[in-house]
Amino acid sequence: MPINYYIFLSVALFCVGVAGVLTRRNAIIIFMCIELMLNAVNLLLVAFSKMHYHAMAATNPNAGTDGQLFVFFIMVVAAAEVSVGLAVIVMMYRNTHSVDVNFLNRLKH
Amino acid sequence: MIPVLLIVVPLVCGLVGFLFRSERAARGWALLASLVTLAVSLWGLTLQKGSTLLHHSSAWLPDLGSRFSVGLDGLSTILSLLVAVAFPLIFISTWRTEYRRAWNFYALMLLSQAGLMGVFVATDALLFYFFWELALIPVYFLCSQWGGERRIQVTFKFFVYTFVGSLLMLVGLIWIYWHTPDHSFSMESFYAMHTRINSKDQMWLFWVLFLAFAIKMPIWPLHTWQPDTYEQAPTATTMVLSALMVKMGLFGLLRWLAPIVPEATWAWGDTVSVACIIGMVYASLIAIRQDDLKRLVAYSSIAHMGLMCLAVFATTSIGMQGVMVQMFNHGINILGMWIVVELIERKTGTRKISQLGGLAQKAPGLAILLVVVALANIALPLTNAFVGEFLMFTGVFTSTATKYNVVFTVVAAVTVILAAVYTLNMIKRVFFGELSALTAKVSDIRFNEKLALVVIVLLIVFIGVYPKPVLELTKATADFILAKMNYKL
Amino acid sequence: MVNLVWLIPVLPLAGFLLTGLFRNYLSKTLTGVIGCGTILAAFVISLLIFGEVRGEGFEPVIIKLFDFITVGKLSIPFAFQVDQLSTLFLLIITGVGFLIHLYSTAYMHGEEAPHFARYFSYLNLFVFSMLLLVLGSNYVILFIGWEGVGLCSYLLIGYWFRNISYDNAAIKAFVMNRIGDLGFLIAIWLMIDKFGSVNFEDVFSAAPAALSRHALVLHQGVSVGELTAITLLLLVGATGKSAQIPLYTWLPDAMAGPTPVSALIHAATMVTAGIYMIARSHVLYNLTPATQTVVAVIGVATALLAATIALKQDDIKKVLAYSTVSQLGYMFLGLGVGAYTGAVFHVMTHAFFKALLFLGAGSVIHAMGGEQDMRKMGGLGKRLPVTKITMLLACIAIAGIPPFSGFFSKDEILSAAYGRSPVYYVIGVFTALLTAFYMFRLFAMTFMGGFRGTDEQAHHLHESPAAMTIPLIVLAILSVVGGFVGIPEAIAPNAHLLGRFLAPVFGENAPAAATGVSGSMEWVLMGISVALALIGTFVAVGRFSRRPDLGEPSGFGRVLANKWYVDELYNALVVRPLDLFAQFLKFIDKHVIDGIVNGVGGLVQYGSRQLRLLQSGQVGGYVLMMVLGIVILFLIELFGGHGSSAALAPSTFGKMTGPAVGH
Repeated sequence: MPINYYIFLSVALFCVGVAGVLTRRNAIIIFMCIELMLNAVNLLLVAFSKMHYHAMAATNPNAGTDGQLFVFFIMVVAAAEVSVGLAVIVMMYRNTHSVDVNFLNRLKH
Repeated sequence: MIPVLLIVVPLVCGLVGFLFRSERAARGWALLASLVTLAVSLWGLTLQKGSTLLHHSSAWLPDLGSRFSVGLDGLSTILSLLVAVAFPLIFISTWRTEYRRAWNFYALMLLSQAGLMGVFVATDALLFYFFWELALIPVYFLCSQWGGERRIQVTFKFFVYTFVGSLLMLVGLIWIYWHTPDHSFSMESFYAMHTRINSKDQMWLFWVLFLAFAIKMPIWPLHTWQPDTYEQAPTATTMVLSALMVKMGLFGLLRWLAPIVPEATWAWGDTVSVACIIGMVYASLIAIRQDDLKRLVAYSSIAHMGLMCLAVFATTSIGMQGVMVQMFNHGINILGMWIVVELIERKTGTRKISQLGGLAQKAPGLAILLVVVALANIALPLTNAFVGEFLMFTGVFTSTATKYNVVFTVVAAVTVILAAVYTLNMIKRVFFGELSALTAKVSDIRFNEKLALVVIVLLIVFIGVYPKPVLELTKATADFILAKMNYKL
Repeated sequence: MVNLVWLIPVLPLAGFLLTGLFRNYLSKTLTGVIGCGTILAAFVISLLIFGEVRGEGFEPVIIKLFDFITVGKLSIPFAFQVDQLSTLFLLIITGVGFLIHLYSTAYMHGEEAPHFARYFSYLNLFVFSMLLLVLGSNYVILFIGWEGVGLCSYLLIGYWFRNISYDNAAIKAFVMNRIGDLGFLIAIWLMIDKFGSVNFEDVFSAAPAALSRHALVLHQGVSVGELTAITLLLLVGATGKSAQIPLYTWLPDAMAGPTPVSALIHAATMVTAGIYMIARSHVLYNLTPATQTVVAVIGVATALLAATIALKQDDIKKVLAYSTVSQLGYMFLGLGVGAYTGAVFHVMTHAFFKALLFLGAGSVIHAMGGEQDMRKMGGLGKRLPVTKITMLLACIAIAGIPPFSGFFSKDEILSAAYGRSPVYYVIGVFTALLTAFYMFRLFAMTFMGGFRGTDEQAHHLHESPAAMTIPLIVLAILSVVGGFVGIPEAIAPNAHLLGRFLAPVFGENAPAAATGVSGSMEWVLMGISVALALIGTFVAVGRFSRRPDLGEPSGFGRVLANKWYVDELYNALVVRPLDLFAQFLKFIDKHVIDGIVNGVGGLVQYGSRQLRLLQSGQVGGYVLMMVLGIVILFLIELFGGHGSSAALAPSTFGKMTGPAVGH
């Protein structure tokens, strides 16, 4: 399958994510859109990693592994972020009874 | 060894000074530290030229090609001597001034001394810049903590103004550094650049560096931070600023600008000279109309600095030596002026000339010492300033660097008359005539102030009558710098 | 003995330091002893040196004390030059100086001890500076003394510093002197530039050589124009110090100082410094005829102008002040026509009779309890016999009536002036008439007629103490016989002792021989001037001894009484505009230059206030901006003008399209 398909798919996913972050005010949906963007990048990384492995495997058995590594990093970071972020959202809901980010423009009560 | 001590002694003593919690102890400690520095400086004077004790170099930032290298040649010797002499005099003369949290005040003063010493002895461009800023920071705190009513805005202006200049200078220094073949900040590498930088680059590089120095001196029209700052800063800090810090600008010009971009120095010489001369006449005329003692001295200082800068651009050995001698003399003289101003303000509670008068009846000792200092300020023969100004004017007059040497000299020399007008009028209105309400209860000068002023007067007369030692001290350096500046010959 | 010449200035310097530093501890007697003693000692040494110098074949000696300034090729030693000219001035300064010091001990006795000591320390400092001035062997040392005497003049005019108008007079004197000094300084710089030296011997030997060389090699050496510039600038200095047009107005105001100071500084010594300097530089002036003409014209114009003003002054010291200005004009005339000996001769005789006149006036003022207005005097001769007689002798001397000293010196100048141009002579001799008139007007109004003061003053009138009358008598004797050292050729051949003494300095053209006036003509000239002087004398005595004009002057007299309104003119032309300009600059500084600086700061603040609005706190806005930023960066990277990145982008894409992922 040509690499272009993967690229277009992840660009599309990424744009959906960006659009979601820009347009929605619900913190949870924004959060999910961020995840969408991260995963778009993950997809791209895996695709390129595979492509490089095929092209370079003869000379370098490790070709493309760093791309895979990045994906794991991103997944870990995303998981950590989800835990902290959801905690923030929960606290926010307790304080304001809303998850609308526009209520949070002062970084204080 | 000696230049390192000159920096380290005030630095360490200053840092220790923060720990004191008694005003008396802090004051004594500061005086002691400054006296030790003076002793080190005098020790340096006794050494032969070329003694290994006069230079030091050790690794500092090897990745950047910058070393902690310091040295004392004629120019740095005389200026570090000025710094070393000035600080004890400042501490002695302001002995009775009381400050809030005095320990911090004295510690910061010592830190600024360390910075000044560093500027004058550094032979590495990055080190020079480092100390240049280091000297500024304590002064910022001194002005903003212990200054007058408008201290915050005035200090802010002063700081930002000089900082803009400093950053431009840093850009210039880094540019030169980048183009040195061995990527080094050392003075030798920089000096070797004077034939390698092409004319076009020299032209803008000159202004990038000169603006920093011109702001510091200050040269008209970049002078407006000065009267405000002098007026608002505590007098002890004003003494540091006007007697010592303004010399940093001239020193930078002599050490880090003129020898490195000689072609641009020739090319822009006339432009700068015109600014200097306008500034001299302009500041002298404004001084005539000043009613505030501190602002009067500030404008007088602008006029004098203009002459020194003018003489640098004359590129003659007579003028160059005049500048070096006069840097020392001006520091001493204006210190005397500030001591008197401080005394008047402390005794009468005002600096307004129109509210003073008749002080000579109440304080004859002060009047006599002031008159001597004031005569030095107007460069009367047999005072030190005559030697300096005579040499500088001669240098400008005989200059071949400009076609307009005669016009420059004649117009600039008009300030000799104007200086007499504003100085003598000031003496008249403050010391002569009948007593005013504020001066009626004034007592005469006390021992500590007398001591400081007498030392100044002795220096004034000694250098005025027998300037030979000072001239010999600066001779080699003046010739060296001139040889770099006269790249064509 | 000549090698001890350094002692001469050092003694007054020691006196200055002693009386100045210990002014609070010295008694008045001790101060007086130190003050007078040092000058007397200096006078004795001067006499001994004079004895050596007047010997045949004495060559000028230069005694180098130490290097003053040595920079590059310029070397200015602190050195003294002893020759006939400087020795003569040494004698005048220390001799007359001693008499005036002695007089001062009595005149200033009313002062408190510290102020008394302050007075004497200033006076000693003055003598020191004046001695430096005449002893210096180069122009810089001369200039040191030159400014030094200006300083002492400033200090002594403002001696009674509580009176602001005295302080103003002091500042005026200093500043006007400084204007002249600037000319002097520029001349020195020009000399350094052209000759590379300021030593008298170097300059004087180089100047003629340079001129002659110039004729051969055009681009080398000094041109006549440059030499003229040097001499004219020196002249500017001299007009300041010697109170000539246009810088003379400070001298009458300088009468604010104590009267002995007026006698010493503003009559006998300091104001003759300009004459000394030009006489010293006569080599240069002889080479520049144009400058000589200027000197002569300034001299004769000043002589006439000051004499007309003196006619209408009522303050006894003001009359003497303008008389001094006028007499100094004569000396300049002498210098301008090349009669250097005549000018120096007049310096000497003038020092005697003008010091005497001032001291006599001081004696009168002392007796009158401080009153200086002649309209309130009259008939003082009965109570002040010594003062009256000595003053009379001085008046005769200054009027130029033979055989008193003023006649000989003035006649020498006038006959030399006639030799150069009869116009100089006519104006000069007319001024001589005016001189005789105003001097005897002074004498008649003061000593003759009836007393016009208050009863209290009349009761208080008394002759001054011996310390004051002895100097009067000594000076009176000198005023009478002082002229005999310069008897003109026409009267007795070879009797011009002063001319012979000064011949080594001024060369052979010293006495009247150079003027080209024949013996018989000289007799005629002498006759005319004596006749006019006598006319002036008798008219004045006749008119003012009985009915002095006590009313306010009117018409032209008022113009004269107001000194031709020159002070007002200077105020309107120089002082006021400068003051306004300074005020204008102060405004510019505050509002324009500082305004620009603050404006830049304000602009930055305004800009950041506007930029601040972008930081709204809305997360969405930030993200939008971030995304937009990324898009813009992408676009720049894709389509931007960067050759490298633009070229790189398609090729990378091209490569990427090639291979496929997976199976």
